[in-house]
Amino acid sequence: MKVIVPVKQVPDVVEDLELTADGTDVDREFLKFVVNEFDEQALEEALCIKESSGAAVVVVGLDEPDVDQALYGALAKGADRAVKLVGTGEGWLPGHRRSAILAAWLAGEGYDLVLTGVQAADDLDGQLATLLGARLGLPHISVVVRVDAEGSAARVRQELAGGTVVEEAVALPAVIGVQAARQAPRYVSISRIRQAQQSGAVEEVPAATADGATGFRLRRLLAPERTSHAEMLRGGPGEVAERIVELIRAKGLIPG
Amino acid sequence: MSNDVLVLAEHQGGALCTVTFELAGRARELADAWGGQVQVALLGASNLAGQLGSADVVFTAEHPALADYNPEAYERVLLSIVHARTPRLVLLSTATAGLDLSAALSVGWDAPVVSSVVGLSAEGEGALATAQIYGGKLLAEVELAGSRAVCAVIAGSFPAAAGRRDRPPAVEAIDAAAVLDGLRTSVTGVVTAEAGDVDITAADVLVSVGRGIGSRDDLEVAEELADALGAPLAGSRPLTDQGWLPKSRQVGKSGVTVKPKLYLALGISGAPEHVEGMRDAELVIACNTDAKAPIFDVAHYGTTVDLFDLVPELVKRLKP
Ligand SMILES: Cc1cc2nc3c(=O)[nH]c(=O)nc-3n(C[C@H](O)[C@H](O)[C@H](O)COP(=O)(O)OP(=O)(O)OC[C@H]3O[C@@H](n4cnc5c(N)ncnc54)[C@H](O)[C@@H]3O)c2cc1C
Ligand SMILES: Nc1ncnc2c1ncn2[C@@H]1O[C@H](COP(=O)(O)O)[C@@H](O)[C@H]1O
Repeated sequence: MKVIVPVKQVPDVVEDLELTADGTDVDREFLKFVVNEFDEQALEEALCIKESSGAAVVVVGLDEPDVDQALYGALAKGADRAVKLVGTGEGWLPGHRRSAILAAWLAGEGYDLVLTGVQAADDLDGQLATLLGARLGLPHISVVVRVDAEGSAARVRQELAGGTVVEEAVALPAVIGVQAARQAPRYVSISRIRQAQQSGAVEEVPAATADGATGFRLRRLLAPERTSHAEMLRGGPGEVAERIVELIRAKGLIPG
Repeated sequence: MSNDVLVLAEHQGGALCTVTFELAGRARELADAWGGQVQVALLGASNLAGQLGSADVVFTAEHPALADYNPEAYERVLLSIVHARTPRLVLLSTATAGLDLSAALSVGWDAPVVSSVVGLSAEGEGALATAQIYGGKLLAEVELAGSRAVCAVIAGSFPAAAGRRDRPPAVEAIDAAAVLDGLRTSVTGVVTAEAGDVDITAADVLVSVGRGIGSRDDLEVAEELADALGAPLAGSRPLTDQGWLPKSRQVGKSGVTVKPKLYLALGISGAPEHVEGMRDAELVIACNTDAKAPIFDVAHYGTTVDLFDLVPELVKRLKP
């Protein structure tokens, strides 16, 4: 059993996102990048599969800001190999192109399962799991909360609307968009990541020159027009608390 | 090619989902602007076709593999429909089916796809889609100038009333048997959810906590406030995924929709999937240290005071 986990770096959305001069991308120069939270979940689920059925886990990332941290972090957590596809350029990479690059690499790898995050904060032209599955001509399932591999098939739990969860059986190989792992992603200390950095090598492989245009024109990015915005309560914690209590009282919602 | 707009109907528990009417209503506007038809694909639930009166034609398909939602079966049938009918635009929601299918249609039908759409209008022969990106912090304006496109639309973006019309649409049954041969995915069962300890949809007041709380231990801080208000604790998805709160306390797209008189959001960013479940609360007060957090766009009142400074002050004033 070989499980591949594509991981991706996304701008930390807690930061201020400034736009580039032409307005079609976020200004990446001073941005903080973090691993896509759903990719962390996919990695955790892959590691759970490894623990229960002895699979080999391979993480793969494109050469993007701070991706080394994600790849070494994955090795420290228990991934068997980490691969970095280099030469992919800078700036926002459409999902179509990302999936074409990964599909080309996957073709030479051999695998049973591809587990990646169900979506990412910078998805605009589709989600990677679905794009990859369709490109590879494989069955693919998104919004998954558990994967159990059993020989040539996997049992998958998929969430539908309103928290309904169904179980599906899918023949392998297959691509899964993970929403949440069966358990919270494991924590790994900085010292373990440093160890991985010293011992485990990240393999660098030139990225395929895949095309993969979105087929649309991104006119511009913009901050949402604030049709409605909260009235901001000014002052220190005490003053703000006072105002909030008044608001709650005015609604008749203070108990007793 | 055509000027038609095709909508994927979503149904749950034997009823059409509200978002389907939202999409049908917007499809009507676009189809009228382009001079085309509104078409709806309704799989595994032909009995509901009569409710889709805003469509010119409803394509229905019945097959054992369509009895339950099966992503592979849906993908194959939809692909066969778009290849045969060549609509100008296909509309899905961003629910599970949209995440499974919209990008797959893009690849399989060679059409651009736009994710997380919240606005959509005709622009001459083409369309302009407005989509959320970066957790709702930014919008992207996307020009769809070609002869085909797919949009995955966030529920609540368009009025549902525009998609409800009391007249029977034409119905065309499709024989899907041939394309459903040799499926590699099958639905094997429904996992019954564990019963929740409290029904947060019934509460007048909710104290709702997000990742800003930082750790399980610090959840106590919010619990104290909830107690003082006589309210249950609710939360965003990351908290239930971590197991810090039971799943029944999750507000949002994959949790429950709540409409309390007061929704106190602590350390919640206001991602679209969360907002979907609480935007109709009567009074929303949000505490988030990031002044640009999208939660402030749905909140009535907001503060950027640190929740760990604010909550004790609130408790002090609420506890006699
Ligand atoms: C298919 C699908 C379904 C989903 N369904 C749901 C759903 O049902 N419900 C849901 O909630 N999410 C859902 N999500 C997840 C959603 O995309 C977001 O990841 C999630 O809502 C973010 O939760 P959050 O706001 O708690 O965390 P974050 O986005 O990390 O926000 C934490 C916030 O806390 C603030 N903060 C930090 N420290 C403090 C402090 N000391 N004081 C005050 N503020 C502070 C930060 O500024 C930040 O804005 C779904 C995702 C997918 C893909
Ligand atoms: N057309 C559809 N699109 C998306 N999801 C669907 C569709 N039909 C059924 N489902 C899902 O399948 C589950 C069972 O639906 P039903 O068989 O109608 O009770 C629901 O939770 C729906 O979310």
